[in-house]
Amino acid sequence: MSQAELTAVPVSRAPRRALWSLGILRSELATTFRRWRTLSLLGVLAAVPVLIGIAVRIETGDGARGGPGGGGGPAFLSQVTNNGLFLVFAALSATLPVFLPMAVGVIAGDSVAGEASGGTLRYLLVAPAGRTRLLLAKYASVLVFCLVATLVVAASALAAGALLFPVGDVTTISGTRIGFGEGLVRAGLIAVAVAVSLTGFAALGLFVSTLTDSGIAAMAATVGVLITVQILDAMPQLDAVHPYLFPHYWMSFTDLLRDPVYGDEVARNLGLQALYAAVFGSAAWARFTTKDITV
Amino acid sequence: MTDTAAAAAAPDTGPDTGPEPGTVIRTRGLTKRYRGGQLAVDGLDLAVPAGSVFGFLGPNGSGKTTTIRMLLGLIDPTSGTAHVLGRPMPAAARTVLPQVGALIEGPALYGFLTGRDNLVRFDSADPTADPRTRRARVEDALDRVGLAAAAGRKAKAYSLGMKQRLGLAAALLQPRSLLVLDEPTNGLDPQGMREIRTLVRELAGEGTTVFLSSHLLDEIEQVCTHAAVMARGRLLVQGPVAALSAGARGRLTVTTPDPADAARVLAEHGATVLVTDGDRVSTDAPQAGVELGDVNAALVRAGVRVRAFGVERASLEDAFVALTGEGFDVAG
Ligand SMILES: Nc1ncnc2c1ncn2[C@@H]1O[C@H](COP(=O)(O)OP(=O)(O)O)[C@@H](O)[C@H]1O
Ligand SMILES: [Mg+2]
Repeated sequence: MSQAELTAVPVSRAPRRALWSLGILRSELATTFRRWRTLSLLGVLAAVPVLIGIAVRIETGDGARGGPGGGGGPAFLSQVTNNGLFLVFAALSATLPVFLPMAVGVIAGDSVAGEASGGTLRYLLVAPAGRTRLLLAKYASVLVFCLVATLVVAASALAAGALLFPVGDVTTISGTRIGFGEGLVRAGLIAVAVAVSLTGFAALGLFVSTLTDSGIAAMAATVGVLITVQILDAMPQLDAVHPYLFPHYWMSFTDLLRDPVYGDEVARNLGLQALYAAVFGSAAWARFTTKDITV
Repeated sequence: MTDTAAAAAAPDTGPDTGPEPGTVIRTRGLTKRYRGGQLAVDGLDLAVPAGSVFGFLGPNGSGKTTTIRMLLGLIDPTSGTAHVLGRPMPAAARTVLPQVGALIEGPALYGFLTGRDNLVRFDSADPTADPRTRRARVEDALDRVGLAAAAGRKAKAYSLGMKQRLGLAAALLQPRSLLVLDEPTNGLDPQGMREIRTLVRELAGEGTTVFLSSHLLDEIEQVCTHAAVMARGRLLVQGPVAALSAGARGRLTVTTPDPADAARVLAEHGATVLVTDGDRVSTDAPQAGVELGDVNAALVRAGVRVRAFGVERASLEDAFVALTGEGFDVAG
């Protein structure tokens, strides 16, 4: 085809540019969510609330003996028998410390390193994806995964809760009652808060992913960091550093179930996640944009 | 098929802009020392003319892939500069690379995606590629490399040859000014090699400059118009293939039942490197100016019964041996 032919068609550049920037994000999302690994992680996350629901159902037998303060286990567990909606809160409490961030760690850790070990990174870069653009698309798709993973837990918990238990008005932590509809809205808010809680750790995983050319090593290191930080956060001797550890305010989402909603710790959590995202996002960018791609 | 995107994004980039008209790749003192201290490329001055099929020849470990990675902006040179399509790399990667198709150290694919979806993925990564023509361009590229029938299969089920062809298809998703192919026939059977060579000739015929690295001499001789020879990170020589092999002397071979006598007579006529193999005696062809008929006459006068007498044209391998004083053996 001739050069004249090429330039003859007038081009409206601005809207197309925007469209094409989204192209790589769409491609990232499609590639991530078509992976067998991603789907099995989501499958496991969907199974957790169902298992919790069944366990509660079996344990309580026919005599519903729930109620506030009944027994240990994840928060809200004791209220599940009275109101299936509480399975959403119980399941999020149960999966947030380990299962959810572990899944995020696998996806984030693999995001760049997996492309490196597969060799596809060099072809994306000569396409040319652009290093900053590719990294942004990677982070955005990890964030989408955070949200999807959380919503999968919440949706599965809601379905299991509604099937196994009665649903109805919700008793808040403050002791007041709110309608089921309002309860659902709170559940949605809580799911979003939980997803946002994972964004700082997701940035950390992305950074780790730029450090190595082995997807497995990056995933293992990211999950290793998660476990280490969780242990540190539980050591009373380290009180002074606790407010700076990314999981420290994770459980603040329970404050959204107070009446009126108590927002201090939720805000602190948001700030901490933003800080982690900024610090590790910049570190990932600094590393990735200067790195020799030798694989 | 229209591709307004490439033109819109880089309207003024072409092989004929920049410091040297008609030069598609130009490096000056290009050097790469890896972090381990390994000097992989050492002061490379390369000039690839537009429209050429340029063979980048060198044994394994001579720095071909390292050079290609620098040309494509994947690694930063330790020192020196590289211009591709008249623009500096890696600074101008965003405008240069959409016009460059590349195959680097073998294909790399997403095994869990189909061949077609692999191409869609790589095309989506290029911000200058028009999504509205994506499907059509993907099908064209698949057709071009003969993978249309297998396009719906998962890439992990592909043979090495098919993977290689899919990698080539990715390089052909858009009309390119330059194709950089790093050992494109590595690991292929002779049939696969022939297919790749045919494709390279076709593309060159359409005016695309092809930069092709290889450790196989005969491959370069078969398809390339120009060549550069690398050894241990250094450029030994570059130029038109015909000129390179003309620089080396051919070989004179005499077939005779009296090889010992023949060798003695040839030595008297100044032949230096004599090899006797059964009834065949061969040596460097005499210098220009020596009349071959005289040599033959001398052999016959000395009673050597000559069955055959001939000079083989110098090959690129002879040129290489002449340059390095050693054979082109593949190390590593
Ligand atoms: N990532 C790397 N780190 C250190 N040394 C390397 C790396 N890649 C290649 N080398 C070394 O650089 C030299 C040139 O390698 P390469 O460019 O791959 O050669 P070729 O492609 O010609 O076979 C070799 O000695 C090789 O061992
Ligand atoms: Mg190589």
